Amino acid sequence: MGARDWLALAKPGDYLVFVALAALTALSCLHFWSSERPSLVVVRAKGKTVASLPLDRAAKLEVRGPLGITHVEVEPGRARVAADPGPRQYCVKQGWLTRAGAIAICAPNEVSVALEGGQSRYDSMSY
Amino acid sequence: MKLSANAADYRVARFATAAIVLAVAEAAIPTPLPGLKPGLANIVVLIVLLRHGWREAAWVAVLRVLIANLLLGQLLAPGFFLSAAGSAASLLMLMLAQRLPPRWFGAVSLSLLAAFAHIGAQLVLARLWLVPHEGIWLLSPVFASAALVFGSINGLITARLLRELPPPEPTEPAALG
Repeated sequence: MGARDWLALAKPGDYLVFVALAALTALSCLHFWSSERPSLVVVRAKGKTVASLPLDRAAKLEVRGPLGITHVEVEPGRARVAADPGPRQYCVKQGWLTRAGAIAICAPNEVSVALEGGQSRYDSMSY
Repeated sequence: MKLSANAADYRVARFATAAIVLAVAEAAIPTPLPGLKPGLANIVVLIVLLRHGWREAAWVAVLRVLIANLLLGQLLAPGFFLSAAGSAASLLMLMLAQRLPPRWFGAVSLSLLAAFAHIGAQLVLARLWLVPHEGIWLLSPVFASAALVFGSINGLITARLLRELPPPEPTEPAALG
């Protein structure tokens, strides 16, 4: 029994239902998976905001914490922790942050880099 | 007191057994995400619905959820409630969808609509109870895609089986006693 015979089992309305539900599925992808464009990078040290920069031009920051200096790199649309004195380097390994709501936390050095703007509906965290 | 089983009771028992076997066998398939599975047992529920009506289909579905989860050691575990919510929602959906004109809408429509009702109810229950965080909706495209694919395939299998299975035997309670 080939594919054609299988499809012959479907009635006209079945195709209608399939197309409608496929559209619903596509809409859910668009709605839930489209990344909100972040507009702002917020860098905090010891809980205080030390920098709040627009995400449309490149910048490099050096933030001092208890262990030393955390290097933050900003490029149009994305930001990352380029270097950190912390022992486990989680915030560095997280790489570039691109979504609104994304945050890299260098806990030992008490520095965090967060992308904000758009509607940050979801948090993301690597730990 | 004497309980006497009629032909419908035997049918429900037989079909429920088939559905339970499929559900238990399916649990052995590895899945990347809990709850993402083909739902083959629903083929049985659809066959019963189209042959013998909603009441018997509901019995088969309820027995399937209870006994398959009992056998898998999941009874009253979180997965059981998700499964029960999904089944209840798809039964309600089927109750409405069976009123669609059968000339235009066949097993595939019923299967697809039931599959989407199933994942819809599961996601809502999961959001309200297990994962009270909006992030759960990020999973909805995955579940919707699965419902689309498996709903269609199960519907086609149902249509094929309905064509190939022998017609239901006339009810003869005496022969069954």
